[in-house]
Amino acid sequence: MSHQAGSETTKSTAAKRLLAPGDGLRQWWDGLGRPQKWTFGIVGFGLLALLPLFPPPWVATTGISLGGTMAQFVMIAIIAIGLNVVVGQAGLLDLGYVGFYAVGAYTVALLTSPDSPWNKMGATGFFSKDWAWLSCVPIAMAVTALAGLILGTPTLRLRGDYLAIVTLGFGEIIRLLADNLSDVTNGSRGLNQIAYPRVGESERLPNGVFSAGNSSGDANYGTWWFWLGLLLMIGILLLVGNLERSRVGRAWVAIREDEDAAEVMGVNTFRFKLWAFVIGAGIGGLSGALYAGQVQYVAPTNFNIINSMLFLVAVVLGGQGNKLGVIFGAFIIVYLPNRLLGVELFGVNLGDLKYLFFGLALVVLMIFRPQGLFPVRQQLLAYASSAKKLLSKADDSKAAA
Amino acid sequence: MRSRMARNAFALGSAGLLVFGIAGCNQSTPEESNSQADLKIVEQVQIDENGAEVKAAGDVKPADPTGDGKATCPPVSIAMAGALNGPDAALGINIKNGVQLAIDKHNAANPGCQVQLKPFDTEGDPQKATGIAPQIVDDQYTIGLVGPAFSGETKATGTVFDQAGLVAATASATNPTLSENGWKTFFRGLANDGVQGPSVANYLKNTLGYKKICVVDDSTDYGLGLAIPVRETLGPVADSACNIQVKKGDKDFSAAVTQIKGVSPDAVFYSGYYSEAAPFVQQLKDGGVEATFVSADGTKDPEFVKQAGESSKGSILSCPCGPATGTFAEEYTKKFGQEPGTYSTEGYDLGTIMLKGIDSGAITRPALLDFVKNYNGQGVARNYQWSPTGELTTNLIWIFKVQ
Amino acid sequence: MLMAANINFNVDGLINGFWQLTVDGLSWGAIYALVAVGYTLVFGVLRLINFAHSEIFMLGMFGTYFCLDVILGFTPSGNAYNKGVLLTIVYLAIAMVFAMLVSGSAAVGLEFIAYRPLRRRNARPLTFLITAIGMSFVLQEFVHFILPQLIKGYGGSNAQQPILLVQPKAQFTIFGATVSNVTLVIVVSALVLALATDIAINRTKFGRGIRAVAQDSTTATLMGVSRERIIMTTFLIGGLLAGAAALLYTLKVPQGIIYSGGFLLGIKAFSAAVLGGIGNLRGALLGGLILGVMENYGQALFGTQWRDVVAFVLLVLVLLIRPTGILGESLGKARA
Repeated sequence: MSHQAGSETTKSTAAKRLLAPGDGLRQWWDGLGRPQKWTFGIVGFGLLALLPLFPPPWVATTGISLGGTMAQFVMIAIIAIGLNVVVGQAGLLDLGYVGFYAVGAYTVALLTSPDSPWNKMGATGFFSKDWAWLSCVPIAMAVTALAGLILGTPTLRLRGDYLAIVTLGFGEIIRLLADNLSDVTNGSRGLNQIAYPRVGESERLPNGVFSAGNSSGDANYGTWWFWLGLLLMIGILLLVGNLERSRVGRAWVAIREDEDAAEVMGVNTFRFKLWAFVIGAGIGGLSGALYAGQVQYVAPTNFNIINSMLFLVAVVLGGQGNKLGVIFGAFIIVYLPNRLLGVELFGVNLGDLKYLFFGLALVVLMIFRPQGLFPVRQQLLAYASSAKKLLSKADDSKAAA
Repeated sequence: MRSRMARNAFALGSAGLLVFGIAGCNQSTPEESNSQADLKIVEQVQIDENGAEVKAAGDVKPADPTGDGKATCPPVSIAMAGALNGPDAALGINIKNGVQLAIDKHNAANPGCQVQLKPFDTEGDPQKATGIAPQIVDDQYTIGLVGPAFSGETKATGTVFDQAGLVAATASATNPTLSENGWKTFFRGLANDGVQGPSVANYLKNTLGYKKICVVDDSTDYGLGLAIPVRETLGPVADSACNIQVKKGDKDFSAAVTQIKGVSPDAVFYSGYYSEAAPFVQQLKDGGVEATFVSADGTKDPEFVKQAGESSKGSILSCPCGPATGTFAEEYTKKFGQEPGTYSTEGYDLGTIMLKGIDSGAITRPALLDFVKNYNGQGVARNYQWSPTGELTTNLIWIFKVQ
Repeated sequence: MLMAANINFNVDGLINGFWQLTVDGLSWGAIYALVAVGYTLVFGVLRLINFAHSEIFMLGMFGTYFCLDVILGFTPSGNAYNKGVLLTIVYLAIAMVFAMLVSGSAAVGLEFIAYRPLRRRNARPLTFLITAIGMSFVLQEFVHFILPQLIKGYGGSNAQQPILLVQPKAQFTIFGATVSNVTLVIVVSALVLALATDIAINRTKFGRGIRAVAQDSTTATLMGVSRERIIMTTFLIGGLLAGAAALLYTLKVPQGIIYSGGFLLGIKAFSAAVLGGIGNLRGALLGGLILGVMENYGQALFGTQWRDVVAFVLLVLVLLIRPTGILGESLGKARA
């Protein structure tokens, strides 16, 4: 790619190594075979899951619980994966992704909160106290995917910057609707007492491990939500990974690189762009449902443009198109401000400066390494591993000859 | 070409000067430019639920955190949670300073009992508060909490403290529904909006005798929560033609001003925070609305007077919080270099109550919870005694005026 | 339905207050128009949405404040000063020039630090956009947290205490709507500035250069136009107008000088630029006026809380129905 070639030659090697910690890691990872990748993945996620229980001292966050931070991290990670599908894989710049997050959260809230006029909670059945949250999750994903369909159909005919602006507008409209339609959404007062999964009820924890009552010790309700989110995230990763390697994923890459050429080659660009949008929206809705269940209180102030930008930061930082890279990006934007929460420098609390740091990080990154920390590498997607084996065999035979 | 450009430039320049001339033209009445008559928020009187004025009780000495100077205790801490940053930070910082003053006085006088203050910044954000609440609860040395400051974050975290049995006395959250959740650890250090609303409404209606009032709210949890009982109690006095909702963060209220001007009320009641109240009152006065501006505790802050200037003169502000008087005010001003703000008194009083509990030997969470539950004593702002749901037993509202 | 309950459909209010709403809307629209010019020029020349332009405006507001506070020596008080006709004009003019300087240099600095390195590396349009977002954050948070440490009493979480030079007074009525002196100043100053900019872009040599680079930058370079100089000039013009708009805004909303004061206004100004036809100077001006007026109508018709929704809905509708805007993209075309 001409951009990369040009930039590689003008940078010094020291700067290159500083900003590309991921390159060595990435090359090693690409060299692994599928079963090895799976093993490392399982071990890695297992360690991650145990992190809140046995945090090393330099990792622990003072001032805010590590379990809660990790729960927030996994929700943002799921959002980042969804946004990655839209921005990184299909190349559609979406600045209003927080709208889908809001739709998912509000769907769960509207169906289960006692303040809502559409409350469906009942004594038995799908919406009983024990099952309500779980029943709401697929509904939230479906409703958000539908919202993605409604939003995408008129707007995906626009290109580039125009699409960015329209999605920005839509994101704000969703938030303002939630704020103003107070008869339905209770406006800025928000919806309270949302259902959450009831698991592990006991004498000490009459409402189960996912309730706010479980707040002492390391296995607090933040940690439990983190584990739940981790499971869902793995599921989403498998789904997205399968899509990446299928015809749909290849179409997305083609659309991202050069939409006109893709159209000429017979790819129905509009349909695949719409699919990207809908799938991305559904994933955002899933994260919204998690958020609603954890905080048990949904209000419009949280779903603003700044958070939309923050999600974009996570995707861009981690590496657009790389679904594991964006998880790392999400980790940075959630963990670092909470870690620096109590640290003071020259009378200014460092945790407050989070937007300043992210802004600076964005600018510096875009100038020196626009593809992100763990960029995606072009691959022969369908036959990558067998092609590699063939090529390495050819090298060996040549060497022997 | 050049001469034409020069001519155009000259024309534009003189047009510009002319414009400014017209603008300055009607500054005919010479107002004193620098007479920033030092406007202050001064307490007037206390009112009860029917709006009737209640004379202040006789000189009862408020509780003193220094105690007898001989207290001993293991190292324990009192936490404080609230917005220490962000646009509404002034309120959180006031509370923190109040608690700090009480604790520092206590520690200075009681070398055998050193209590620590642990402040937590929630930015007033309910989601952030849910992450911070477990942190507070996890610290085994923390046996009491003054906070959270805002109603939204209290709503989100009340269960956490209830389950942990940590006494959580809020110095400022006034939403009435907070005490209806069955939390045994919830204590409110001031009257709630369910009391403030009807009290102010009755005061305006009965005592001051206003016949037409416009009620404006800022659509927030607090603003709407206060405006609803006000509208209900005022009944027909609250003119429905100017029942307006604005948004927090708005700076332009011209549409509201036009509407209110058309109705010509006796008073305008604004239910919201100072950052909107200041431009609102200024635009009302500039628009020629002569009604009295009335607002509540979210507006009662020196920032309101600073930003609205002369237009805030004569405004009536209600607050469940008490005025800062006497030695407390002097000590606060000396320590923090500024006068006590809204809720500083409540922070001080609640901190004092917890310190008294620690001094009397309640050094565990259940013991301190019990102490607070059964406490009855005078503070700087009012007498403190709680009902089983955590509401104060005597509920008086203070009326202040900017003069 | 339940939803409709929160939308008032107050047609009477709209009809009764029509002319007053129009007059007020025009004064808001004038401010939007001036800020929109910055967005539209940069887009026309660079095809870049300069997200950080709202922060340039915000810095202009602080520049005004600094000028009045430190240079001219007024004390912030929240009460209006009355220095008489001529002196007020002079003070306002000085403050405006200072604000324009601050915003102009901030804009040029922004281009130099953030966008020029990207241009040299041939970055993709998405990269530019993300950098713009990053700079927007940086500037906001700088004023929020760092500025109070540098200059005491500036920045921070609360708005600056206002310095009021002009006491709003009604001047005359037109069709039953009162026009205050503030409205008059804003509308006429904006007209003058807009005219000046239009003349600059369409009649002067460097204006021709701007249009040339917007139309085809390679050929323009071949014709001897320095692309870098033109880009710097474009940013400078946008910054100057944003500074002027900042002063006018502080006349209208004296309590609005805060680190977050530019953000929403910037988005609305950007919507105005798109509405009028992004890349088109006259489109930006027209779009600003239309947006200001429509917002006010919407506010009266649906209720004050729907004011911001109007702006975004207009934006979305324009983009869906006619993406090139009312006057169409045409900075580069011969007929601007």
